[in-house]
Amino acid sequence: MSVLVLVEHDGKSVKDATLATVTAASKLGEVHALVAGNDIDAVAQDATKIAGVAKVYVASSPALEHQLAEAIAPVAAKMMESHDAFVAPASTTGKNIAPRVAALLDVMQISDILSVEGPDTFTRPIYAGNAIATVKSKDAKKVITVRTTAFEKAAADGGSASIEQVDAGRDPGTSSFVSLEASESERPELTSAKVIVSGGRAFGSSEQFHSLLDPLADKLGAAVGASRAAVDAGYAPNDYQVGQTGKIVAPQVYVAIGISGAIQHLAGMKDSKTIIAINKDEEAPIFQVADIGLVGDLFKIVPELTEKL
Amino acid sequence: MKVLVAVKRVIDFNVKPRVKMDGSGVDLMNVKMSMNPFDEIAVEEAIRLKEKGQATEIVAVSIGPAKAQETLRTSLAMGADRAILVQTDEEVEPLAVAKILAKIAEEEQPGMIILGKQAIDDDNNATGQMLAALLGWPQGTFASKVEPANDNVTVTREVDGGLETVRLKLPAVVTTDLRLNEPRYASLPNIMKAKSKPLATKSPGDYGVDVARRLETVKVTEPAKRQAGIKVGSVDELVERLHGLGIAK
Repeated sequence: MSVLVLVEHDGKSVKDATLATVTAASKLGEVHALVAGNDIDAVAQDATKIAGVAKVYVASSPALEHQLAEAIAPVAAKMMESHDAFVAPASTTGKNIAPRVAALLDVMQISDILSVEGPDTFTRPIYAGNAIATVKSKDAKKVITVRTTAFEKAAADGGSASIEQVDAGRDPGTSSFVSLEASESERPELTSAKVIVSGGRAFGSSEQFHSLLDPLADKLGAAVGASRAAVDAGYAPNDYQVGQTGKIVAPQVYVAIGISGAIQHLAGMKDSKTIIAINKDEEAPIFQVADIGLVGDLFKIVPELTEKL
Repeated sequence: MKVLVAVKRVIDFNVKPRVKMDGSGVDLMNVKMSMNPFDEIAVEEAIRLKEKGQATEIVAVSIGPAKAQETLRTSLAMGADRAILVQTDEEVEPLAVAKILAKIAEEEQPGMIILGKQAIDDDNNATGQMLAALLGWPQGTFASKVEPANDNVTVTREVDGGLETVRLKLPAVVTTDLRLNEPRYASLPNIMKAKSKPLATKSPGDYGVDVARRLETVKVTEPAKRQAGIKVGSVDELVERLHGLGIAK
């Protein structure tokens, strides 16, 4: 079986989500990587080095620069004539593109897989992770998105794939990129951070959220996350949100502060290796999943903790 | 501009789903069912477009059992003008839903179709993108802002790195994220009025769509449970633990 993996990148380098996706794809067959974008030689070179990638296909054109689904999906669908499966990370990029590819191929997508049980059998979370379904695909070709925290990352070095340029299609002309308001941060990215400190609505305001959490995160070299309640309240930007409908994370250590532990939040972080919870309510559900808990007032605890670290 | 919204009847988001003992699925007997929360946001957005004079008519569509009528009545009570129920007791996958919606779009010729980004039961996050592909329309997924102007719509999208803004030629498909709006509650007079709004009932066969499943559910199980750990009594103890984990400098 030959598998086409959509490489997630920012125009300069391959993103980590790609590496876990390659691991998942390699359980199905020979992995070929598709790098789509504009002027992306550096990304393509990166992709050739990923362990387990046999071939890198490069589709380069101005229309693909911002990786809009309308332009990429037909390119990927065309390449699926010679592949058996299309595998993308379940990132916002992958989730935007993969179903469009699936529909063009008349295939039902298998979303957000947690494991590969066989050539056509996979597990995936349903009901916000409250249940795990084992599903078997009857489609001849598979279209799959991968929950990247569920798979080890393939080594970014060691591979020596060949590069082949492919037809970059044409600009469908129905959509155009306007702007990207990127969250600027010196801190590690949430989905690849080893340590995450995450805040909830208990912080009370955006000022307190940042003035308390940022110094702690700096001390720990951690990324900062937030519960949906904190994001909805405007304490943190949307891309901080950890949870079923936000980011799914699995760091070495996850520190949940002032987060009660709603199902939807737990679904996004319960695969973290060690969970630490700080909450003033000792009955808060977060303590049922926490390895280490501390009951108390975060406004006292967080500054003290930051100082003593 | 006519706006089509798709709504799904799902387990209420406040209910904790229970996996059936025989592993065949999640128990939905005697469980409160509601409109998928992301779809409520879709209905609300359509109504706001109409209130701003940017939409002229709102058609709500649901594909599901007879009881999905209730979900459609809710959207009519919120402010949709009429509804179409494509009735089936089968569990219809996103691909088949997208095919039915594409046929309805051909009949109704909407300028925009708004859907929730995902249903909170099967969590596929696929129908909107598939629908856009089948129609050859552009898509604005995970929208936190929708601004139509002339023959296009500007959509701000919640993406992993922040907020991305794209401009789409109409007609277009939009899928909603959480922060697009806060859906209204239907008032009692509007609930009463909704009862007399038109609701057409169709079947997948009327649209020539085969809803046979492509994914067979082999089994459904509970996820591995985490055990609660220990509680520490002071910040000092916590610091010690953090040192033990090797993350504190």
